[in-house]
Amino acid sequence: MNIEPIDYRTAAARLLAERPDIREAITRATLAKEDRRREGYADIDSEAWRDWASRLRRHVLANLDYYLEQAGRALEANGIRVHWAEDAQATCATVLSLCHERGVRRVVKGKSMLSEEIELNPALEAAGIEVTETDLGEYLIQLAGERPSHIIGPAYHKPLSESQALFAERLGTPAGAEPSALAAAARKHLRQRFLAADMMITGANAIAADTGTIALVENEGNIRIGTTTARIHVACVGIEKLVPRLTDLGTLLPLLSRAATGQRLGNYVSLISGPRGAEPEGPDEVHVIFVDNGRSRLLADPPAASTLACIRCGACLNACPVFRQTGGHPYQWAYSGPIGAVLAPGLLGLERGWTLAQASTLCGACDAACPVRIPLSGLLRLWRERAAQAGLEAPGEAPAIRAYARLARRPHRFHMATRLLGRFAPWFGPLVPPLSRWLRGRTLPLRNRNR
Amino acid sequence: MHSYSTRAPDIRHRYAYNPSMRICLVPGCLAETFYPQAIRDSRILLEASGAEVFVPPQVTCCGQPAWSNGHPAVGRELATALLDASAAGDYIVLPSGSCAAMLRVFTPPLLETDSPRRQISAKVHELIEFLDTIVHYRPPTNSLAGRRIVVHHGCHARRELAAVGTVEHLLEAAGATVLDWKLAAECCGFGGSFAVNLPEVSVAMADRKLDALPQCDCVVTPDPGCLMQLAGRAERRGLGLTIRHAASLLREAEQMRQNEH
Repeated sequence: MNIEPIDYRTAAARLLAERPDIREAITRATLAKEDRRREGYADIDSEAWRDWASRLRRHVLANLDYYLEQAGRALEANGIRVHWAEDAQATCATVLSLCHERGVRRVVKGKSMLSEEIELNPALEAAGIEVTETDLGEYLIQLAGERPSHIIGPAYHKPLSESQALFAERLGTPAGAEPSALAAAARKHLRQRFLAADMMITGANAIAADTGTIALVENEGNIRIGTTTARIHVACVGIEKLVPRLTDLGTLLPLLSRAATGQRLGNYVSLISGPRGAEPEGPDEVHVIFVDNGRSRLLADPPAASTLACIRCGACLNACPVFRQTGGHPYQWAYSGPIGAVLAPGLLGLERGWTLAQASTLCGACDAACPVRIPLSGLLRLWRERAAQAGLEAPGEAPAIRAYARLARRPHRFHMATRLLGRFAPWFGPLVPPLSRWLRGRTLPLRNRNR
Repeated sequence: MHSYSTRAPDIRHRYAYNPSMRICLVPGCLAETFYPQAIRDSRILLEASGAEVFVPPQVTCCGQPAWSNGHPAVGRELATALLDASAAGDYIVLPSGSCAAMLRVFTPPLLETDSPRRQISAKVHELIEFLDTIVHYRPPTNSLAGRRIVVHHGCHARRELAAVGTVEHLLEAAGATVLDWKLAAECCGFGGSFAVNLPEVSVAMADRKLDALPQCDCVVTPDPGCLMQLAGRAERRGLGLTIRHAASLLREAEQMRQNEH
């Protein structure tokens, strides 16, 4: 297991220096989505909806054992096969063995962050299985050989010109084709893949424990097609993604859609309650793989467990002024933005993930956006505290805090120090680490000159 | 001996609100270090509202830098020491939204439920919010007439203290035009240690804010951290912008009243 800390700073600095166009694309996309979210929250009693959703999700987490058993029974009663996977490797192995047993050569996929988390695509491709992403954004970055940079919008970071060039090269669209023409080309191409596919792999936005129903929300209809045409449907689902009752989805899915894109509801909602019976359409088999991959450990850690209430709407990414500069790639794993920064130490371990908790000004924009009221800035501080306790801070930080605290306890010296620092910092600043980093791109105020 | 004396003329008889009120003015580390004039200006404004202002020399730092960087025990110690040192004030006023939020909002959860310091914490206010909503201070009419001003609120003042509107209110009362700023609610990228831990991203955030500014005469903020960030970046880029602490602009307005007499 990789325990090298994720170096967000270096990756972010490189991106800002080399790819200003990515920053522009991400800023444009996230500001637009943030506006949409505000509008989406404005015409409902969003405070009350968020209170309700927050309590619902926390109730599920507090009773997860009960609801998992109930969901498992209900799914099987519907003829859906249920599998349990301890970690990423076990999940990939389960999918692979389903592929081998059933002679699956071609897989189509719906957009799923869990499949990114467990790196399912490389595992399938290594076994010689052809994998095609069918969400337009996800398809685009698959063609580009990249990773998604946003939970909801995998290609938010892609400038249009780059997508046009990529489609021209790979799908033969005319240079400078309109986005609608690109979508049409992708649709035509993907249609063949859908018809040839043996298996559709999706995530799930939620599973209703009482009825054993898999809920999937999307805008493009690709999930609707894939879960209808392929003979096998496999849903890889995090163990936390349950709701007690099917009727809960009536509020949770609209809230999810509003938080994510400001829509009253995603264009397509698929409620899948089993393989086809006598009907001509639909898969012969439906499988649900419940994936733990560190979640039960996080669940057993009460101050951090509320992270698992997340419904993956991406609202905190759109609200985050730090994410807005860089997009998700510098976070260097599936989840980015505030939720990625608090999931990283929780799921990847403190040693690897603690640095992402530094990638925030604690401005609180994420707290104000989260539809299930995860206390994101509080959790960022919690992980900073745990990193400090584990001695994982940036070099020099612990002694600096100690020295500053000592000084603050001695008012006379403290006031003298502030005067000296204020007067001379602009002159010696370039030589002393925290100030020299400040002076990277900024000046210090000249005490005598300020008005 | 460390104090912020002013030579402001005694004008309290004109704007007296509560002559017996004692206000503890807490400078805050950043203003004390880099913007001492903003503290002097704060004092003038508070005295203009008719109160007696004192700055206890034992007051140092609110503890936020330690608290937000994973050292809550140190943060709690410094916050409680500051509250104790300020306890004699009927109100505790800071020319920094972030420090005020630390003492008023973030500190109580660190205290025991029956701690008497909770009552002290409840007396904490950000300067402009205090002037506008507690003592109903109003700058002289038309003292800033014709000025086009953009206001930036620190994120803690915005979210934890709900102070948005206070600076705007006072500026408009002085006849200034407060301009819309598309990215007004966006963080400036200061974030304390963030500014030095991730300087490249921090600077990019300041640039976004600055690039979205409308044509204006002046940008003001009641937060020294944001002021340092926005002014420091604007100066490095040579943008020729005037960025000031809100107290400094309002003090300028207040002095116009004094000059009339």
